[in-house]
Amino acid sequence: MRYDLTQVEAWIPEGSRVLDLGCGDGAFLDRLQQTRRVRGLGLELDPVNLIAATQLGVDIVQQDMDQGLDNFPDASFDVVILAHALQVLNRPDRVLRDMVRIGREAVVTFPNFGHWRCRLHLGLHGRMPVSEVLPYRWYDTPNIHFCTVRDFEALCGTLNIDIIDRDIVSGPAMKLFKHWFPNLFGSTAIFRIRACA
Amino acid sequence: MTPSGDIGIVTPVQVHFDQPLTLQSGKILPEFNLTTETYGVLNADRSNAVLVCHALSGNHHAAGRHDPADRKPGWWDLHIGPGKAIDTNRFFVVSSNNLGGCDGSTGPNTAQPETGQLWGPEFPQVTVQDWVRAQALLADHFGIATWAAVVGGSLGGMQALHWAAHYPDRVRNCVALAAAPKLTAQNIAFNEIARQAILADPNWFSGHYQREASTPTRGLSLARMVGHLTYMSADGMSDRFGRDISESSDGSQGEDEMVFQVESYLRYQGKQFSTRFDANTYLLMTRALDRFDITEGFGGSLEAAMAATKARMLVVSFSSDWRFSPARSRELVDALLASERPVTYAEIQTDAGHDAFLLDEAHYTDLFRAWMAQVTV
Repeated sequence: MRYDLTQVEAWIPEGSRVLDLGCGDGAFLDRLQQTRRVRGLGLELDPVNLIAATQLGVDIVQQDMDQGLDNFPDASFDVVILAHALQVLNRPDRVLRDMVRIGREAVVTFPNFGHWRCRLHLGLHGRMPVSEVLPYRWYDTPNIHFCTVRDFEALCGTLNIDIIDRDIVSGPAMKLFKHWFPNLFGSTAIFRIRACA
Repeated sequence: MTPSGDIGIVTPVQVHFDQPLTLQSGKILPEFNLTTETYGVLNADRSNAVLVCHALSGNHHAAGRHDPADRKPGWWDLHIGPGKAIDTNRFFVVSSNNLGGCDGSTGPNTAQPETGQLWGPEFPQVTVQDWVRAQALLADHFGIATWAAVVGGSLGGMQALHWAAHYPDRVRNCVALAAAPKLTAQNIAFNEIARQAILADPNWFSGHYQREASTPTRGLSLARMVGHLTYMSADGMSDRFGRDISESSDGSQGEDEMVFQVESYLRYQGKQFSTRFDANTYLLMTRALDRFDITEGFGGSLEAAMAATKARMLVVSFSSDWRFSPARSRELVDALLASERPVTYAEIQTDAGHDAFLLDEAHYTDLFRAWMAQVTV
């Protein structure tokens, strides 16, 4: 399992009601249903993923997050998850606002564009970074809204969102540095957030 | 994957009910029959039963063939059978002709018990609630306390929804395909045009056409043409017929007349239908459809109706269905979400329109099968 998901799992209370936005093939929700006994619901667009999640016994609704999440009532879930999907959204700010409205808590993971490799790539080559993790070129990438750890924190401030907890994933050699310079050495950011009281 | 497995030869049975049934209208049917087919084997716990509800012009013959020479199998043979979505290796499937139907169940073309005369236009108006109550008695007849699943498309999906909302302890899983919480003004308008076509036929005889040894075939066929049009999408029709000219006109319009493919197709569909369907039943069924409103009995609240359900739900819509569009299914899904009910929803991309639920569409068949595989028995 991806490391960010291990951390997300640790933040999911036993028996909670969980909405996973962009749940893919539903494998993570399926795992949460087993390990945390959650009542899960996934949101997806891809019909192949819909079938895969259904095969796992995961409830899944076909819906485009970019068209809004107005149909979900306030506080109807304990936790709303958005794992590695923030950067593909048309309006990440709107989805974040909805997440903390629908969920008592929300968990967001995203690739940190402030990572030193990205900076180095852009700085040295003067071109948008292409790597194993982010293999697309600027014109064909589904990742249209990259941000850095500091960008995300600033947006949370603007949206009146509380950061409850934060974890930064980095390569093994950089483990030590990530605590002091998370925006430089963290490759993936994981935030646990909620609406300001 | 394409559906596999043939159900083989099936034989309908007449299930007779002695007890009177008080209809929603207050009228009483002193006794009644439901023509029923079953597929698969009921297990010892009677926990593997699936009820299939038919749509407007459907009947009990959902799968298999009555005779090896039958040109076509039952109307949902693509999805009922060994290894198919409604897997007869696992499930015991029950499919009956609705009350007021014209394929054997008590309806306008059956005899009234007191007089021996055909019911004809005297047959009382039936509703989705009446059908479901009759189906509940059918479940009792088979000793089925709880359906593993109640499944239907279109008007059949509405019956499935009614089951889930009004008999929550008797439905563990519910499938509503190409359905809606209630009809729109436009839906009702199309049904009314169809009804008026029948009523305007000189062979209608106020519904007593059988007494006059007649059939309002023109009206019934026109009604079907209107109905059929609403089952197809504009793109689907363009792909299939375009502006092609029919090679053989049926001759009735004179030799010089140019007949478009789409015209001859609709005429054919209408004609076929008018030979197999009863006009009085068509009026009853369309009125039942018009009057259906899942919020009835729940203070007009769709959310309250969906909150009353206990079943795991599958809702599926089809992108080009303009009769019961995806937006109508979304209303159901949103009400289920608001009530925190377990639901899976998909909008299948297709040109096949409303009728897509009857077909083997990409992703639809696989999703349906995957979902039904999760139904425990």
